[in-house]
Amino acid sequence: MSAILTRTRLAYLGIIVLLLLVGVFQSWSVALVMINLCLISAVMALGVNIQWGYAGLFSAGTVGFVALGGLAGVLISEAPVIEAWDVGGAGLIYSVATLAALIAAIFIIMSVMKPGTARRIVMTCVILGGYFAVRYFFDPATDAIEGVNPSAQGFLGGLGLPILLSWPVGGLLAALVAWGIGKVALGLRSDYLAIATLGIAEIVIAVIKNEDWLARGVKNVSGLARPMPKEIALQESPEFIGWIEWLHSGALSTVTGDERIQMLRDFAQQDAGTFVKLIYMLLFTVVLLILFALAQRALNSPWGRMMRAIRDNEVAAEAMGKNVTKRHLQTFILGSAVVGIAGAMLTTLDGQFTPGTYNPLRFTFLVWVMVIVGGSGNNHGSVIGGFLIWFAWVQAEPAGILLMDGLTFFMAPDNPVRLHLLDAAAQMRPLLMGLVLLLAMRFSPKGILPEPIRTAR
Amino acid sequence: MFALMSNFVFVPALTYGSQLALGALGITLVFGVLRFANFAHGDLMAFGTMGVVLITYWLQAHGIGIDPLPTALLALPFGIALAVGASLLIDRTVYRFYRKRRAAPVILVVASVGVMYVLNGLTRFVIGAEDQRFFDGARFLISAGDFKDLTGLDEGVTIKLTQALTVVVAVLMVAALFWFLQKTRTGKAMRAYSDNEDLALLSGISPDRVVAVTWIIAAVLATVAGTLYGLDKSFKPFVYFQLILPMFAAAIVGGIGQPIGAIIGAYVVAFSEVMLTYAYKRALMYIGPEGWGPEGLMQILSTEYKFAISFLILVFVLLVRPTGIFRGKVI
Repeated sequence: MSAILTRTRLAYLGIIVLLLLVGVFQSWSVALVMINLCLISAVMALGVNIQWGYAGLFSAGTVGFVALGGLAGVLISEAPVIEAWDVGGAGLIYSVATLAALIAAIFIIMSVMKPGTARRIVMTCVILGGYFAVRYFFDPATDAIEGVNPSAQGFLGGLGLPILLSWPVGGLLAALVAWGIGKVALGLRSDYLAIATLGIAEIVIAVIKNEDWLARGVKNVSGLARPMPKEIALQESPEFIGWIEWLHSGALSTVTGDERIQMLRDFAQQDAGTFVKLIYMLLFTVVLLILFALAQRALNSPWGRMMRAIRDNEVAAEAMGKNVTKRHLQTFILGSAVVGIAGAMLTTLDGQFTPGTYNPLRFTFLVWVMVIVGGSGNNHGSVIGGFLIWFAWVQAEPAGILLMDGLTFFMAPDNPVRLHLLDAAAQMRPLLMGLVLLLAMRFSPKGILPEPIRTAR
Repeated sequence: MFALMSNFVFVPALTYGSQLALGALGITLVFGVLRFANFAHGDLMAFGTMGVVLITYWLQAHGIGIDPLPTALLALPFGIALAVGASLLIDRTVYRFYRKRRAAPVILVVASVGVMYVLNGLTRFVIGAEDQRFFDGARFLISAGDFKDLTGLDEGVTIKLTQALTVVVAVLMVAALFWFLQKTRTGKAMRAYSDNEDLALLSGISPDRVVAVTWIIAAVLATVAGTLYGLDKSFKPFVYFQLILPMFAAAIVGGIGQPIGAIIGAYVVAFSEVMLTYAYKRALMYIGPEGWGPEGLMQILSTEYKFAISFLILVFVLLVRPTGIFRGKVI
């Protein structure tokens, strides 16, 4: 037990040293940006670890849940576009009502009619008719909404609430979708969950990209609200200036007059960015600590023991009267919710919602590598994996270019092979991450921080 | 009206279905013998097709061709060799380790996702992520004009050469595969192994041999499917990655592990996809009275959501009949 404890401490120490090195050799600003993304990655890895490490569920759709969290950021924080609601709100409400009626009709047919050809025919007719009825209200409404000031709005807007609220809402949204998909795919072969989640992720992203009335699709929503004042506002606020004066009083005392004002302005500019990043870091750390504490408590509770029992021997657990499918559904939803929270955090940090950036390599596969390299089933491992793999991911591209440059130094600068290799260095990431995953699974399946072996006390 | 449906619905769906069928057969065979869902199949397709594309370019540069057929057919054996080599190497280095330990299927699935990214990275590293068009040769087998001359009808049915080629090649491949599975010793061994591993081992079937043959067949099918798809549309690595969803849907709909099921499933998926995303505006204009055209495109679903169709079919089958049409393996 103590060996693992030492290892955990060493791993955390190593991460801190790495980030300090980035600060010293690259810049502190880069290090801060990296820390913030590392923290978000750690939250995502925690979510996937709940699914994989606790229950052995393989979801290939993490990216979809990240995107749902991001969508929550828009839906919560953007101001509602009143004009769009005026022109299309009624139509949308009618279409939702029609959809509800259609679903009710399906359930009524299911309970009233006996199974057979007649029921199938009626069902098909009702579904087709209902679908066109929904489209009858839906299409003109969305067209009208997208027509409202399309260069800046053209969508319904959100609720105009503080963006921090979108973090739990993002989690809820992800949990809701996870419930639906888990209901269908769990309880069957383990591969089916992977296939179904892959599908739902593709669909979530397709919807977000194409339904412009919802969140402007690929036109992006930029300038999202912030949980703290903007840098420009900070530079003009007297309190912040006073604070900067105090912080840099040593340097400022050496100069006077206009020079001093200029220097103060420079410091304010520089520090405003750092200040904002530090606030984000604080917020993300708080979220990570809360989720980590909850995850750790869950893992050490009787519930966690039950989950491990199910993971390690499903048949035996079922024989002991545990409802395996229900527990699987529960963990799948919990893990997805954590991923959704991380997605909302990411959108908040970026200050914009860009559906084009949700790519499965970056959000599904990378998080997987984090969990497996870090140590599946160990929450500390997930955090460490989140930090380490994100670090490697960020440094992979410059390293790849450097490597290619070094490999081809003897060629002429305009040699086509050299140019192709330099160009292709950007494609190194999937290859590298795939190799890391395969090597980790083969030679160190327990990861950097293995799951502690618990013995009966 | 008939010509319209044939040109834009029936023939394209048949073509796409044949391409999917070849891919889904590979998935279903790997599933039947190795017992895991191979996520890397789409990228194996891309990898093999990449070989075909590169050799095609080389042949074109040297003026070697078999006009009117596309040069890619000449390059196909090289692509197949590349894909077969890659999958045997991957099996030796990755999957065999887990197979020998009898690891849970989900571990193999995760490993296949790793393989997927390695293959994807290699493909993009060598050929880039952009669109590649490598089709040459005649464009049409039957053009609209020919058809009108031939039949005297005033509507033109067109069949592109790639479409005819796809269907012919697919039929030949499937026939050869079924002959192999039904009649040869190795094919029978494969079916026995898929049916009951322990019993097959007991009767002296070599597992390594069965697994190797399975990978060879899967790689051949994948490369042929990928090449046909690339000839018909274009070659883009990301699109091939996305093709795994309809292929999985096809395999599961038909009953995973069942070769006939994979073929039927592929056509179910392809026809639903094409029929639901086709814009019926022109068709309705033919039926309706003069000057009565519907306003919109009359598309049931926009093309961006074609993956949603495979998914919905998948969900429907999982809910109603998880074993698929032909009672595949489940749990």
